[in-house]
Amino acid sequence: MNRTIRITVNGVAREVEVPTYRTLLDCLRYDLGLTGSKEGCGVGVCGACTVLLDGRMVSSCIALAVFADGHEVTTVEGLAGDERLHPVQQAFMDCGGFQCGICTPGQVVAAKALLDTIENPTEAQIKEWMLGNLCRCTGYYKIVESIQAAAKAVEP
Amino acid sequence: MNAFDYRAPATLDEALALLREHGDGARVVAGGTALVTMMRQRLVLPDCLVSLRDVEGLNRIEAASGAIRLGALVTHRQAEVSPLVTERLPVLAETFRRVATVRIRHMATVGGSLAHADPNQDPPVTLVALDASVEIRRAGGRRELPLRAFFRDYYETALEPGELVTAVTVPPLPPASGAAFIKFLPRSAEDYATVAVAATVTLEAGGERCREARIALGSVAPTPLRAAKAEALLRGARLDERLLRDVGEAAKGEVDPLTDHRGSAAYKREMTAVMVGRALTQAWEEARRASR
Repeated sequence: MNRTIRITVNGVAREVEVPTYRTLLDCLRYDLGLTGSKEGCGVGVCGACTVLLDGRMVSSCIALAVFADGHEVTTVEGLAGDERLHPVQQAFMDCGGFQCGICTPGQVVAAKALLDTIENPTEAQIKEWMLGNLCRCTGYYKIVESIQAAAKAVEP
Repeated sequence: MNAFDYRAPATLDEALALLREHGDGARVVAGGTALVTMMRQRLVLPDCLVSLRDVEGLNRIEAASGAIRLGALVTHRQAEVSPLVTERLPVLAETFRRVATVRIRHMATVGGSLAHADPNQDPPVTLVALDASVEIRRAGGRRELPLRAFFRDYYETALEPGELVTAVTVPPLPPASGAAFIKFLPRSAEDYATVAVAATVTLEAGGERCREARIALGSVAPTPLRAAKAEALLRGARLDERLLRDVGEAAKGEVDPLTDHRGSAAYKREMTAVMVGRALTQAWEEARRASR
């Protein structure tokens, strides 16, 4: 059974027909061609599929696409503007907050959501917020450093 | 996942009518963290998914004559940061804060976590310790159950076909009370607990003897449960090492854990005693501070 849904993705209104069982992640990747968000665990644990739904970070692998009907979705593709990286992306580059990169879109989106919620998070707040974004390469220190640097850069 | 019909009614009455119409073939979905995961694993194959996501009025946290009423669609995150919950029942806010990750807490709902009835979840443990009651609606009817009577078995509740959870109401703690929620996590912070304990202690005038204590346990039985025998030992007692040991021993006898990768049944039983002692100590200290 299919449904036509209307989603604003990264500021652009999209209309797409999906089977009801389509996950939001698969809709973004295969129906809309936004392959930044990744499928890692597929059960909401690893954070590789993190996107923002109406500004709140969610696991798009266990959200149905129909849940997003009439709502706004932000993916990693929506962070940079005018050929300029988002401060969080720039900080991950500058601080080496990634190695293989598979978890990075989810990390970056989660970090952006954190800084949208808490302007200047403490290290403890960063760790609590980010504990749902797993990384097998960095050992996490560089990710924490990246977010601290991004918080400084975002400061007015 | 299988093919299914998806309905997103805008009112509770429409949702209840859909449930009556579809009977056993319909499943209710809210945040989807439990149900969609189970559907992806083909453990649940509904004919029709009735979404509550567009239903108005189910996502409020309200003060209700001293009690707190949480609508079924309130997310874990909403409950965790709610000024009302944080101020009146900090133990409940703290429990929600300890669930999984911020991302999951943005999705998972209070009503969903009750209806899902996985004994490994945290909020039901604290809600059972706080003597919460659950509001259930069906087309043309409404009933309220103590949460203790709601859970029946692994993933089984007192909900009949056509019924859904609309709210949970949590009464306030009496004066001179303290409460604690702790869980033992040998693996990672967002994991399910090996043992979870919520305890409340209310002291008699004078602040030395226990008037009433409640102990609720998670992850160690088919449902969250109250350790009634352990609670009975606390009535009128003073806190000391021996009491904590006896209460822990009693609680051990009331659990029925499964052996899994979070520990053997025997280990979980031992850890129940340890964690009950710790939770009680913490709740007792808080009760002492409150009775000064």
